[in-house]
Amino acid sequence: MTIASSSPPSRLPLRGAEGAGTEQRTGRAKARENGGDGRLAAVFIAPALLGFTVFLLWPTLRGIYLSFTRFNLLTPAKWVGLDNYVRMVHDPIFWDSLKVTVEYVVINIGVQTVAALAIAVLLQRLTQSAVLRGIVLTPYLMSNVVAGVVWLWILDTQLGIGNQIIGALGFDHIPFLADEHWAIPTIALINVWRHVGYTTLLLFAGLMAIPDDMYEAARVDGASEWRMFWRITLPLLRPVLAVVLIMTVIGSFQVFDTVAVTTMGGPANATNVLQYYIYGAAFGRFQFGYASAMSVALLLVLSAITFLQYRLTRAGQSDLG
Amino acid sequence: MRVRIRSAVALTGALALSLVAGCAKGGGAGAGANTVTYWLWDSNQLPAYQACAKGFEKENPGLDVKISQMGWADYWTKLTASFIAGTQPDVFTDHIQKFGQFADLKVLEPLDDLGINAPDYQPGLADNWIAQDGHRYGAPKDWDTVALFYNKKMAQAAGLTPQQIGSLAWNPKDGGTFEKAIAHLTVDVHGKRGDEPGFDKNHVKVYGLATGGGGDGDGQTQWSNFAASAGWSYADKKRWGTEYQYGSKTFQSVIKWYFGLAEKGYLAPLTDYSAGANPANAQVAAGKAATAFDGAWMISTYYAMKGIQVATAPTPVGPTGKRATMMNGLADSITKNAHNKQGARKWVQYLSSDACQTIVGRYGIVFPATPDGTKAAVAAYGKKGIDVTAFTEPVTDKKDFRTFSFPITDYAADVTALMAPAMQDIYGGGKSAGSLDQTNDQINLILSQ
Repeated sequence: MTIASSSPPSRLPLRGAEGAGTEQRTGRAKARENGGDGRLAAVFIAPALLGFTVFLLWPTLRGIYLSFTRFNLLTPAKWVGLDNYVRMVHDPIFWDSLKVTVEYVVINIGVQTVAALAIAVLLQRLTQSAVLRGIVLTPYLMSNVVAGVVWLWILDTQLGIGNQIIGALGFDHIPFLADEHWAIPTIALINVWRHVGYTTLLLFAGLMAIPDDMYEAARVDGASEWRMFWRITLPLLRPVLAVVLIMTVIGSFQVFDTVAVTTMGGPANATNVLQYYIYGAAFGRFQFGYASAMSVALLLVLSAITFLQYRLTRAGQSDLG
Repeated sequence: MRVRIRSAVALTGALALSLVAGCAKGGGAGAGANTVTYWLWDSNQLPAYQACAKGFEKENPGLDVKISQMGWADYWTKLTASFIAGTQPDVFTDHIQKFGQFADLKVLEPLDDLGINAPDYQPGLADNWIAQDGHRYGAPKDWDTVALFYNKKMAQAAGLTPQQIGSLAWNPKDGGTFEKAIAHLTVDVHGKRGDEPGFDKNHVKVYGLATGGGGDGDGQTQWSNFAASAGWSYADKKRWGTEYQYGSKTFQSVIKWYFGLAEKGYLAPLTDYSAGANPANAQVAAGKAATAFDGAWMISTYYAMKGIQVATAPTPVGPTGKRATMMNGLADSITKNAHNKQGARKWVQYLSSDACQTIVGRYGIVFPATPDGTKAAVAAYGKKGIDVTAFTEPVTDKKDFRTFSFPITDYAADVTALMAPAMQDIYGGGKSAGSLDQTNDQINLILSQ
């Protein structure tokens, strides 16, 4: 704006139509500049937009459409209205798998959040060592499937080294992944082990944003570490904690790979989490319509939970500054 | 600038196109007009079929066979995905349990004019691959039966001779000599045997019988031989039945007795089973189980165990006075949208011929479907010092043995999805065998749709 209005009039005719006022010319020049930026922006956005459309928007819309059809993937879909949803409401295995999933999420997120918070605070208050931070993150570098297989072998009731040690200590072997009461907590804890480092790092980044002088002031006032945690750390970390919780809860609800490699939904459906049930219905039984209906239900559940979390934790607002 | 934007747009477009093209190509990559793509899941069998392919390529100059092998679990997922993406192999190894579904989805090519004659193969193998529409969709390639593998040293220590183990009989009331034998082979941590007073069933060191899990709806290597030797069949018809018989009192009495062996401490509990980490053969290899029912495809695995000598015995004689074993056979199928259908037909014809099956038989890893192929395999096992009579006798001796097939019906995947948790609930969850009534009703309701 400033540059354009201060430009000598003699240069203007080169860029604009003859006889047009300065104001108008400046506006047009600006529009052209912006237009140029806009096109460039569009080019940069295009790959992401393409990915978003191809891998998210289109599959979601098509999934919603398929949930109203009977579809085996290889022959054309047949419109069946609400049949799949009626079946879902009356399917005891669906409700059981939803219950199993919630049980998993509660244990997984509960333990993971508390552990990650504790580790992050210890990292912040006691040491700034990058090596330690690296070590904490190590399990996250392993793929879920590899982690699942390794823990399956470690925890095998009869032959696993974990149970061999338990046996050597004089205790009975524990069927970690083979007993219906143990299986879900075990899978939840395997995933805590794998993800806690990543969550820790996110929270740690949030902690770094809390100004040191607050702690100094509190210390001058004679506050203990415990009191500082409850009065400074936790309240100021709230927005970050909220975002981390929303992300991890969504991820947790979608647990699949660990179940697929360790228990395959067993014993007796005890670990038949929703995503695994959906997968079985689709790729095992070729009931893509019903699987889509259950996926839409999961989408709705997750949207509701995210919305609630967002509202309850006031994730968009910060208490800092 | 405009030029730059245009080239950037063009680049983005090209990238997107190449991605899409890359996706579409997938598994079909490298398959030219003269290539036949072939999929199988058993890594043990890969060298045998590679040898077969060489013979085929010699007879058919200009044609190449490209074999891909992937594990059982990935195999079916990949195959399903390939049908959707259009990257399916020309020919693939097919399983009877999946065949009905594939025939239903119309992804298989009829093989009626391939000249498959049922009498050219071991009995029953060729007929199983004719679908309800009357067309043939598979060319028989091999077969397997189930027998009892046992640890020779443990049997000797228990005072059981090979003759005794080979002549066991069972019944659902007291388990007969079979239950006595596995009770005697069971040893607790204090060294007490399963049939001795003071035996601690909660602290067993060696189980008489390894666990193979609940067995889903077929119980192939778990309970099927007992149920069949008691006179029971999966469905109302040999093939394409419309009613399952899991509600039968005979079947439920077998299941009650069989899983009851776990309560007595003779059969390893369900919690000891893990398909991925601790299948039946691993329990025998680790010295945690004295015997295990397993299929012929596992022969080389059992005989390769380090430090453990095994032998085999036929399945026990049941209440009908006969022994029973599932006899399952694989086949080669051509996909409906095969890229090279002509080449595929030639390859399947060769795969089902004596020429190829004799080559495969010589490797001694599987029993080919033709009698000559079987003979070659028996000789090859013999050369390795392995007696396979327990597996071959059921096929030749129809007087003493009953062989039966995998259940061949519609909705096989649904049956498995319902039966797997139901059986686990009885085995590990303490539910009664009578609970199968309800599961059976659910299954038959699906089949009646």
